[in-house]
Amino acid sequence: MIQTIAFYLFAILVIAAGALTVTARNPVHSVLWLILAFFNAAGLMLLVGAEFIAMLLVIVYVGAVAVLFLFVVMMLDIDFAELRAGFARYLPFGLMVAAVLLAEMIFAVGAWQAGGLALTQRAGPAPSDLPNIHAMGALLYTRYLYVFEAAGLVLLVAMIGAIVLTHRGRAGTRSQNITRQNMRRPEDAVRNVNQPVGEGVEL
Amino acid sequence: MSASLLLALPELILSIGAILLMLAAAWGGDGSSRGITLAAVALLVVAGAVALIAPGGHGDGFGGLYRADAFSDFAKLLIYAATAVALLIAPNYFERNGEMRAEYPVLILFSAVGMGMMVSALDLLTLYVGLELQSLAAYVLASFTRRDTRAAEAGLKYFVLGALASGILLYGISLLYGFSGTTSYGGVAQAMGGEFSAGLLFGIVFVLAGLAFKISAVPFHMWTPDVYEGAPTPVTAFFASAPKVAAMGLLVRVAVEAMGPAYDAWRQIIIFTALASIVLGAVAAIGQTSMKRLLAYSSINNVGFALIGLAAGTEAGVAATMTYMAVYIVMTLGAFLCILQMRDADGNLREGIADLSGLARTRPMLAGALMMFMFSLAGIPPLFGFWPKFLVFDAATRAGLFPLAVAGAVGSVVGAYYYLKIVKTMYFDEPAPAFAPSESPLEGGLIAVTAALISPFGYLAIPVLGGISLAAAHALF
Repeated sequence: MIQTIAFYLFAILVIAAGALTVTARNPVHSVLWLILAFFNAAGLMLLVGAEFIAMLLVIVYVGAVAVLFLFVVMMLDIDFAELRAGFARYLPFGLMVAAVLLAEMIFAVGAWQAGGLALTQRAGPAPSDLPNIHAMGALLYTRYLYVFEAAGLVLLVAMIGAIVLTHRGRAGTRSQNITRQNMRRPEDAVRNVNQPVGEGVEL
Repeated sequence: MSASLLLALPELILSIGAILLMLAAAWGGDGSSRGITLAAVALLVVAGAVALIAPGGHGDGFGGLYRADAFSDFAKLLIYAATAVALLIAPNYFERNGEMRAEYPVLILFSAVGMGMMVSALDLLTLYVGLELQSLAAYVLASFTRRDTRAAEAGLKYFVLGALASGILLYGISLLYGFSGTTSYGGVAQAMGGEFSAGLLFGIVFVLAGLAFKISAVPFHMWTPDVYEGAPTPVTAFFASAPKVAAMGLLVRVAVEAMGPAYDAWRQIIIFTALASIVLGAVAAIGQTSMKRLLAYSSINNVGFALIGLAAGTEAGVAATMTYMAVYIVMTLGAFLCILQMRDADGNLREGIADLSGLARTRPMLAGALMMFMFSLAGIPPLFGFWPKFLVFDAATRAGLFPLAVAGAVGSVVGAYYYLKIVKTMYFDEPAPAFAPSESPLEGGLIAVTAALISPFGYLAIPVLGGISLAAAHALF
């Protein structure tokens, strides 16, 4: 029972947050709605028994990707004074969102403890005796090895592409040449001077 | 596992080779780019030979993620050949303004790996990863000359719209997966053979929409003229040839192997995109003044004709589509090779159709070759471009799609207008300032080879080409 309620709660909130991500006028708000959507998606994953993916969604997407988005959005030309102006006005709303998140967490944990959703059709039923992450690792490195390696190539291409498009050898930069540093002898660099008293140092 | 690795040997050779060449590029710097380009061409030749010999035989590998059969072999041969040409013409073009970098051949090789994965995909996951590998390299290649604002715009446009198309495709894949419970083509086909739900239908529509973007079929063609115009010419030649074959091969395999039982559902979509591509490709090209934009519309138009074969849904139809793609890449590469020769006395690139005025008097050989490519693209009989058009119309009429064949033929007449306009400009207009003489015997030789292939002598290749195409199509049914 609690699973079904939790499912509909998460599902509706994912869709609502997704719609608000698209329609919000303020890009910062958009990113925040996106974070809410990720949270709810994580809740859905928890319900179907994929705890590892749920945690991954929270850690990777909410923790890293969304914050990165936020950094990018902050670089846009946004009037932050105007943004901060309504703090008191938006405080109740913010508290409400926080309360919703808290309630969701309680729901999710409750539903998870109660056993999660039993899906009728599963392509790969999770083995009951294996922890989530073991089962996934076993699939990734055996059955889906080919796709996994190809995904590695995709990342490699992305890296090469980023370097090709942005890297340029600028003239006038002083880069370190270790061989030249090591080749340098004391005779080239050190000079003994018998400095007479009362005269300026000649450099 | 070793049997699977043997099956996927062409991809293995290319990806390991590309990684090694990248190391060579990192140490050798941009000065080594010519050597790396030649090494990349050698790798493609080896991979093509391996695909032809098939030391691992034919069959499924990696637990049903990968398939090597006559279809994938044929498509890979076409892809590798077109990729090799795109590599060979690059150094001369980029070195003129000091833009040649050693990463170019590496990126092209990775793209070729992705294309090989696409035509060998037997699972929606492989399909997507292969497609993404190919596209990601293509986005970078489009803006390879990053000091050129047009190239940067082309790359950005291609990337944003390509990401959107990938999203649409993924949505379709997730629907297919959700309603069939599996991502393998066979499983999806089984689900479609059973109770056909609305979810599966939506999945088909979204997957086809995502793939239509990749082959630039109307109504998902909008990026094509801008990207083709902005990208450096060798890259445009690459875009118009190899990825088109790969995406078409992918589309054909998905349509036949995964969605085969739902033929009635997707036939109308393919018929619509085919007709819309033919008509729009023909009509919108008329007002163009740039050769590259014109060839972009020409490629949209040709994809429409190739889709007619798929719409027939028969073995002969698929064979006709593959023959069409084989002849199409020869014609397109030839036409782009001619555009590469369009440099004025100072060595600057010219792309306008008006710059071709009176070419027959200043460069008769080049004008003759370009005339052959134009006539062939228009499908005028003595040239080889006529034959695949005839094959697709024949397959469509045999499958009972008589109105489609008639509409296609009418569209091809409309399209002939703008091809003939170029011929008229070259042969009957007052000469524009002459182009600089060609410096590269290689490009001249490639033009001669492509022109010879599409000349009436090409008809001698019909038994071979037809045989391979039929074997390829037979592998799908």
